[in-house]
Amino acid sequence: MKLPPFEYACPATVAEAVSLLASYPGEAKVIAGGQSLMPMMAFRLATPSLLVDLRKLKGLDRIDIGKDGIHIGAKVRWRDILDSEVLRKAHPLLVAAIGHVAHYQIRNRGTVGGSLAHADPAAEMPGIAVACEALIFITGKAGSRVLRAQDFFLGALTTALQPDELITEIRLPLWPPSRRWGFEEFARRRGDFALAAVAVFYDEDGLGRAKDVHIGVIGAANRSLRIKEAETLLNGRAVTEALIVEAGRIVSAAVDPPDDIHASAAYRRALAGTLTERALLGAGGGAR
Amino acid sequence: MTQPTLKTRFTVNGKPVEVTVPARMTLADCLRHQLRLTGTHLGCEHGVCGACTVIFNGDAVRACLMLAVQAEGAEIITVEGLSNDDALTPLQASFRKHGALQCGFCTPGMITTAHALLSEEPDADADRIRDVLSGNLCRCTGYIPIIEAVLDARAAYRKTRED
Repeated sequence: MKLPPFEYACPATVAEAVSLLASYPGEAKVIAGGQSLMPMMAFRLATPSLLVDLRKLKGLDRIDIGKDGIHIGAKVRWRDILDSEVLRKAHPLLVAAIGHVAHYQIRNRGTVGGSLAHADPAAEMPGIAVACEALIFITGKAGSRVLRAQDFFLGALTTALQPDELITEIRLPLWPPSRRWGFEEFARRRGDFALAAVAVFYDEDGLGRAKDVHIGVIGAANRSLRIKEAETLLNGRAVTEALIVEAGRIVSAAVDPPDDIHASAAYRRALAGTLTERALLGAGGGAR
Repeated sequence: MTQPTLKTRFTVNGKPVEVTVPARMTLADCLRHQLRLTGTHLGCEHGVCGACTVIFNGDAVRACLMLAVQAEGAEIITVEGLSNDDALTPLQASFRKHGALQCGFCTPGMITTAHALLSEEPDADADRIRDVLSGNLCRCTGYIPIIEAVLDARAAYRKTRED
């Protein structure tokens, strides 16, 4: 499978990249690691007239912990996240989730920005972005803007990104060290896209009651989403085994999974519930 | 449609090369067709099988998921760069000893991936090796001899590191 022909540009600055994108309205694509775009082009699912390579752009490959959150540049690779000692403490949920991304060779090239822009409903990074209420920083011809992850992802492979816009950074809220969390994913084979995955986290008040509960489900709808009803169930209560079962039931009922050759909708629905239970148990719930 | 070509320079197995390629040419096709380094095999050409794995600035990557023009300035090692005419390398010897190949089609990807891994993690355990090689498909061996061969080759990489 050879790629369809395209023109190629390798700008040195974000401003140059954006103006190249704007000069081919709707026909240009950004390439960084290319781990999603290259197969898309091989299958002719994407046939851009121009590829704008971000290879030379500086400053987009940093991971910084600031007072205003965890800054992750768009060109940060999966491998950089997994190798980061700082992130393992600063955001253990992110590191656990990214450990499920594809395979070794792909993790050496694939980038955060690429995954966000590609917006596969079963991909880990968009799921964590939604579950954690991340902010996505974007630059376009008209300037820069910031979108909440929940407003960025519109559907399968569809985002709010305009044709002349580029993702520059994702910012995750700071993570308290005592936070309880769990991440569970199921795929038929190691490295495959998830049939479903669930990320949960919550803090505890002085009496051991959960607060600020977040439950995010990946791969069980046309985009990742939070299940607010299940979060509400757990907020303000000690997370007992009975509540965990109930939360799983609510998640199963709330999701609207696809029915395809990989799994039926009913299977995925059940799976989302089971993974919710396991993630909550993994977070330390059910012990009391 | 005539395609514009681009001049690209990088090094392959320590040797500087300059190629003139259309933008859409993958690094894998460039290595095979322009540089005649046909040890890099192409199975699926969409990033699933791992046969085309090369080492790009120290990292194992899929050469079918990269454009040749993206390799500008890079140091690339292909499977040809991991052998010599005098003797089998420790990884080659270990693959032979364990019968870690049958048809050999996937072997270049296995060797480049295992070399990149053991160069960085000479103490990788069986679980880690399985995880890393999970992106390389083999239809002959059932994988077990491959894992055993990589495990057995670790000693040589530990030694290299100490030297």
